This record gives sequence, C-alpha cells and structure tokens, in this order.
Amino acid sequence: MTTALVRRPGLARVRTNRPLLYLLCLGFLGVVVLLALLAPWLSPHDPNAVDLGNALAGPSAAHPLGADGSGRDTASRLITGARTSLLGPLGVVAFSTVAGVVVGVAAGWRGGWLDSVLSRTTELVFAFPGLLLAILIVSIYGEGLIAPVVALGVAYLPYVSRLTRSLVLAERERPYVEAYQVQGHSAVQICLRHVLPNIAPVVLAQSTINFGYALIDLAGLSFLGLGVPALTPDWGRMVFDGESAIQAGYPLSAILPCVAIVLTVVAFNVVGERWADQVARRDR
Amino acid sequence: MTNTLEIDGLRLHLPGAARPVLAGIDLTVGARETVALVGESGSGKSLTSRSVLRLLPPGATTEGRVAVQGQDVLTMDAKQLRQLRTHTAAMIFQDPRAAINPLRRIGDFLTESLRLNADTPAQQADERAVRMLDAVGLGERVLRQYPGQLSGGMLQRVMIASALMGDPALILADEPTTALDVTTQAEVVGLLDDLRERFGTGLLFVTHDLGLAAAISDRVYVMYAGRIAETGPAEALFDRPRHPYTAALLRSTPRLDAPQGRLAAIKGQPPSLKEELTGCPFAARCPFATQACAEELPPHRPVPGEPDRLVACHHSDQLADQLAGSAAHD
Repeated sequence: MTTALVRRPGLARVRTNRPLLYLLCLGFLGVVVLLALLAPWLSPHDPNAVDLGNALAGPSAAHPLGADGSGRDTASRLITGARTSLLGPLGVVAFSTVAGVVVGVAAGWRGGWLDSVLSRTTELVFAFPGLLLAILIVSIYGEGLIAPVVALGVAYLPYVSRLTRSLVLAERERPYVEAYQVQGHSAVQICLRHVLPNIAPVVLAQSTINFGYALIDLAGLSFLGLGVPALTPDWGRMVFDGESAIQAGYPLSAILPCVAIVLTVVAFNVVGERWADQVARRDR
Repeated sequence: MTNTLEIDGLRLHLPGAARPVLAGIDLTVGARETVALVGESGSGKSLTSRSVLRLLPPGATTEGRVAVQGQDVLTMDAKQLRQLRTHTAAMIFQDPRAAINPLRRIGDFLTESLRLNADTPAQQADERAVRMLDAVGLGERVLRQYPGQLSGGMLQRVMIASALMGDPALILADEPTTALDVTTQAEVVGLLDDLRERFGTGLLFVTHDLGLAAAISDRVYVMYAGRIAETGPAEALFDRPRHPYTAALLRSTPRLDAPQGRLAAIKGQPPSLKEELTGCPFAARCPFATQACAEELPPHRPVPGEPDRLVACHHSDQLADQLAGSAAHD
C-alpha cells in the first residue's frame, strides 16, 4: 500500500527499527498514562498549594523535584498535569479520528461530487494553520480546554480524512468487496463491517502520531496562555509559569515539564510509526 | 418452462469507448443446464456474466433485457437486486484468495449473507454452512479457520459453498479455476458439475479454456469483441466449428490426443474499443475474409440441419468443410 501518513517535517525522522527502543517508548507511555490515571493518589502534595517560603526551592526530601516560583511542588504538578496534558490530545484525536473517518469514507466510497466537496473543504482546512484556528476560536469563546480541543480537532480532521479516503479508494477495488456485493450486502454493510476494520490499523497509527502533535500544539497554546485556565496544572502552562524561574536562575521547574512534553511526544511518534511500519509490512 | 437465465439483445456502453463493449448478446441458460461462455481476454465474457448480477463498472449504460427466473435484472430497484443476489443467483470469482476477506473467519464469511440479508437465525445459518461445506468436501473445522490457513483449492471450495448458501437457481462462475493449479482445477470443475446436478442450479461457466468448456458444458457460446460468434451444443461445436474464429481458437489450443505441430496463434489483435467497427469484428484477422465481411455485419443464422446452432459468419456454409478439416488436423 502506498498510502503515506501525514507527518510533520521535524518529527518524521523520529522513528526506530529497534524493538527495544519501541518497547521502551511503549512502556514510557504506559507509565505516563498510569500517572495520569492515579494522579490524586500518587502526587505527594496538593499541586496547587502555594508556599511562598519554599519558592524556587531545589530538590529536597519533601519536594523531590523542587518547587516553582509560587512554592508549588513540581513533582505533584507534573503528575497531575499529565491528566490535562493527555486528556486534551485525547479529545483532539478522538474528535478528528471519528469525524475524519466519516468524512474520508463518505468521500472515498461515494465519490463523485460529494468527494469533490469534502476533499476541497478539508484541503481548505488543511491549508489553514491549526494553531491559528485554535487561537481564533479561543479568542471568541474564552480560555478553557473545550475550545482549543475542538479547534485542533477540526484542524487535525484532514490528516485522518485524507488518509481514510485514499485507503477506502484502494480497499474498494479489492475483489472481496465485490464478492460481498454479489452476496446481497448493501454498501453500508460492506463499509462498516468489512472495509472499516480492514483499514483501521493504518488510521490508528496516524491517530497515534497525531496524539503527539496535538500534545505539542496544546502545550503551545497553554504556553501562550490560551489553553487551560491559569490554575490548572498542565505541562504547557508549567513551562509558561516557569519563565520567571528561569529568569531567577532556577530553571528546574520549567525544564522538567519541557522534558515531559518532549519525551511523551517522541514516544507517541515512535510507537505510531512502528505500527504504521508493521501494517505496511503485513500488506507486502 | 422459463429459462433460468435469459439475456436478450444486451448492449453495454462504457464511457470513453467508441463502440459498445457488448453489442447485442443473446444467451440462455436452462434449469440444471451448464453453459460455457468462451472467448479471449477483452471479449466481454466476464462483463456478460457480471451484468447478470448487475455488477457493472461505473458509468456503464445498458440496453436490452437480462432476466433471471423471469425477472429483469437491469430494471430492478436496490431491494429486489439484493434479494436476487442473496437468493437467486450467486457468483464464483476467479481468485478466491482475493475474493474472501482475509480478516474474517470462514464461518463468518459463509453465514453473513443469510444472517444479515435473509434474517436467518445464526444457528440455522451455521447448520446450513456445515451442510454446504460437507457438500464441497470440507469439514466443520474450517468454519473457525481464517482464509490464510487454507490452500487455494480449499478456498475455492469455500467460495463454492458460499455460492450455494442462498440456494440459488443460477451460479455464475467467472473463470473459477484460472487461479488454481491444474490438479485442483479438475477437482473444482468436477465438484461444480456434481453440485449443479445435486442442487438443481443452472451454471454459466465463463472461461478461456476450450478443453474445460468442452468437458463441463452442455452448450457453448463463443464470444468475440462483444458479440456471440457462434453457439451450439458443446460436442457439435468443437467437432465441426462453423465460425472461423472458433476454428482458429481450437487450432491454438494444445491437445494431447492429436499429432502436434506448432500451435497456430491467431494473427493480429482483437479490435480496440477505441475504434468503431464496421462489418464482421473478426474480418481483420480472418484468413477467409472477403469484401462483404469488411462491410456488412453478419447476422446470426441457424446452421442447416443443426437447429440448436447459430453462427454469425457470411461464409460459414461454404467454409464448413474447410473449418472442420482444419480443426481436426492441426
């Protein structure tokens, strides 16, 4: 299959052929997800508890990763921040996958004018920078998680719909589709019961890669102060809050969330690329 | 008694083609009859069989009548068409490996049509699947296996079983043995013949293999460039071909029972779809062609003394002896 996933220039090369590294990334993602799920029990302090006496403190027994400019425990904020930092991209990916698959299948299967309309429309969205769209929507609806997630979901929709369309176009030419047709199945049945499951792995790989991209974008929005509300612990927001700490010469509380973001994005990318490779190998 | 399949004057146009891809096909398959449709690639034989299930390429337009059990397929609405495909007519494809969804178990593949389109309870559908698998010589075990676990021959048996699931009156087999190796071919053909007898279905067997056509069919239609060149009972047609194309096809087929020189290839190419045709479509490649052949389309005429045969050639009466002789000798 020659269908190419949609990738960003820089991250396209972040991939590995080594199973160990892949498993390491998968394991890391598992740990991050676990941390996010169990955050209330795992974080040693209240992530929002301000203790100005402890501001910019270095690592100690009570605060293993130090504290930020307001004296909030960095470890707790990292762990609790994993929740919003993963929940946001999850929303983006879920929205863009579901809507993108619907659009892509409709365009690929039905073809004709519907294909033209849907493809041109999604290309239009594709040409518009996702972050800019998000900033626009946030500036209209105010900050919060919902507005940027929906905006990025729309912006990511073309990634999925293009891929799905090309996959469906290839899949519908395969003889088994005809074989089901002559058994009396309707197009909708064939599509839902057979074509979708057969193209799902590739779409899933794309969505996994998208997860990493969405995480960067949402962190970027938070960094600009356009994402989550000020007090919500979030990795992007922490980088923003950490600016003053860097200026004060204690960069730890800003660097750690950066590291978390980078590692998570890289891990998602590696895992997604690996899945895409596996599917490609299977088809060959 | 109505025929299982009746095609009257079927014409099919494709966008971008200068002449109809099918130019007036008349064909019948009686109940429990095996009919072979023979021709080279591009002659329209597959399209003819596909039009019976209205499985047409996008943009195709049709004229004429294609009736299965007396119902015209070309004018059916979507619901009737699904009914037809589920119950009345079934198709067996060339390559079973490609025509069966690799991600589903065989049992799923066999019963899905009955469960979803005929509202048969799952258990009943399973029972029928087991019976049909038994009829094609496969065990119940296959139900839980995936297509990748079966050989090509076994998969084609599964395909045949799936065609029988809806208890059809007509089976269309589109080169069902081409993708199989030779030993399996004979088995599959034998099986098809047995099952046709046992389940009382008509069988339209599309093939380019004349030997196979002769072995399995009661009657044969020879197609060339979207038209029927010649038709008749299998034995008579292969023994005494009346159309130069049939004779040429026979000469180009390897045979074991005759002294063998070089096989005679038919010179030239079948006419392109991009050019309009005047006269007999075979004229350009025919060694016996005359002025009349290039100018006038030969009508289908009965062969004197053989009421079941039709041939579309201006000179078939004069050529009869020559053709029969050449087919037997080379």
